Amino acid sequence: MNWLLSFFGWLGEFFGDADNWTGSGGIPARLLEHLQFSALALVLAMLIAVPLGLLIGHTGRGEVIVVVSANLARALPTLGLLVMFVLLLGASSIWPVIIPLVLLSVPPILVNTFEGIRGVDPELRDAAYGMGLRGGQVLGRVLVPVALPLILLGCRLSAIQVVATTTVAAYTGLGGLGRYVIDGYATKDYASVVGGSVLIVLFALVVQVLFALLQRVTVSPGVSRRLKVR
Amino acid sequence: MITFESVTKRYPDGTVAVDRLSLEAPTGEITVLVGPSGCGKTTSLRMINRMIDATEGRILLDGEPVQGIDPPTLRRGIGYVIQQAGLFPHRKIVDNVATVPYLLGWDRKKARGRAMELLERVGLDPALARRYPFQLSGGQQQRVGVARALAADPPVLLMDEPFSAVDPIVRTNLQDELLRLQSELNKTIVFVTHDIDEAIKLGDRVAVLRVGGTLAQVADPKTLLSEPADDFVREFLGHDRGIRRLQFVSTEALRLRTDLTVPEGGAGGASGEPWLLVVTGDGRPVGWRSGERPGELEPYGTFVHGRDSMRTALDAALLSPSGCAVAVDEEGRVVGVATRRALDEALAEAADG
Repeated sequence: MNWLLSFFGWLGEFFGDADNWTGSGGIPARLLEHLQFSALALVLAMLIAVPLGLLIGHTGRGEVIVVVSANLARALPTLGLLVMFVLLLGASSIWPVIIPLVLLSVPPILVNTFEGIRGVDPELRDAAYGMGLRGGQVLGRVLVPVALPLILLGCRLSAIQVVATTTVAAYTGLGGLGRYVIDGYATKDYASVVGGSVLIVLFALVVQVLFALLQRVTVSPGVSRRLKVR
Repeated sequence: MITFESVTKRYPDGTVAVDRLSLEAPTGEITVLVGPSGCGKTTSLRMINRMIDATEGRILLDGEPVQGIDPPTLRRGIGYVIQQAGLFPHRKIVDNVATVPYLLGWDRKKARGRAMELLERVGLDPALARRYPFQLSGGQQQRVGVARALAADPPVLLMDEPFSAVDPIVRTNLQDELLRLQSELNKTIVFVTHDIDEAIKLGDRVAVLRVGGTLAQVADPKTLLSEPADDFVREFLGHDRGIRRLQFVSTEALRLRTDLTVPEGGAGGASGEPWLLVVTGDGRPVGWRSGERPGELEPYGTFVHGRDSMRTALDAALLSPSGCAVAVDEEGRVVGVATRRALDEALAEAADG
């Protein structure tokens, strides 16, 4: 039980230290940084991947982009990519870190959006055209609402990945919650390492919950089948 | 009226789905396209609303070639019902039905009002309007599909095997409902099926297509059954073609006997007849009483005199050990009994044509 005791000891030390709650290195500031980096990268990735996935899924043209992107996502080492961009572009701005974060979050969103649209029952697509909907209306009024659970799943997977990778990005000098872990480790300040880790876990959980709520609000009960059958 | 003028559909790989089809679907009638798989019946149907474009020939809608009309505009003016209903899962039933009115720019209230009216018209409880498609049975979904197709009151309705995915009892109900609707609405309907019985039941005209997309015969169901054009049509119609033809022979001329009924609880059987029909005080049938076993009642079968066909009358006779069919009026009261002899005479007449 010793380790448990020291764990809570460190936690108390970290969260109890008034200095940890103020200034540019304080918890609120680090949280905000983490949120900003993650959100910026995720939003940029969504702006690229969702329209592209919708377009490829709807037209059936350019499927090779989806396949290549899915394979690259598996092949590229996260940290390697980060270090490479920082070495190439320097650490003067946040972009050398944001760009690889975006590149890493595009594939899950792209693949799931594409699969969501492709996977819609062909009969349904047929009925939509048969009723007299135009191509864009078929996409916007039928395919997207039906594929929405998968599209959101892709975004959620990317969000979790971005939150985790932003932590690693502290290694290259970026702010965020990762600083506590990286700096704490370097100076053998274990209270900082443990406290930072707990904050990151909580952050990731909150992101999960937010996406669950978003899904609940935006997906039609007719698609999620949340209601009783009769 | 829908007119096919020597229409051909050839795919890039050289497959010919429809081969120089010339056909008319008259206004206000049900024209059924029937044939085995690969005969191009669905392709033909889908060329009318340009879900598929013809390679050669013209399709005219009241004289205007459909090829000249922008497809979405054309389709909004044509009701379309498909096999699995194809309802939008994310929309409530009422909004599914109002799909085309919304597209045509009706305001929400008017479109929903129209949708509610149609739900009732196709025999659905208005309470279902607020549900989602997955909460409905297959038969109910199919009715919603029909309501959706009718929502903007299009003069033409295309139905692509709409009832083939539901069980036989529900299918019969849906067919009867369609005939009832049609008697009120008089739409120009083109109906595709692979089921010849359905074709004969629903069609004012039946077009039989053969594999390769050529027309084998087009005729009203009675003519089709009595004068099939060739061996293919004869074979496709099946072996009990004769029995099915009785569907088009009226029971009006059937001779009925009124002296074979006895009141319930009353005496009888002394007349020397082997079978007597026991009838309630208000004229409804109870069962057949045999002269040999007066204590037991045997089952009976009924047909509505003048409305039902000879096929129904014959079926009613075969349901009972007495061999006689009970003729009733629309309210189910006995109007007489068709004996074996009477049925025999009527059948002989039917066979003569």
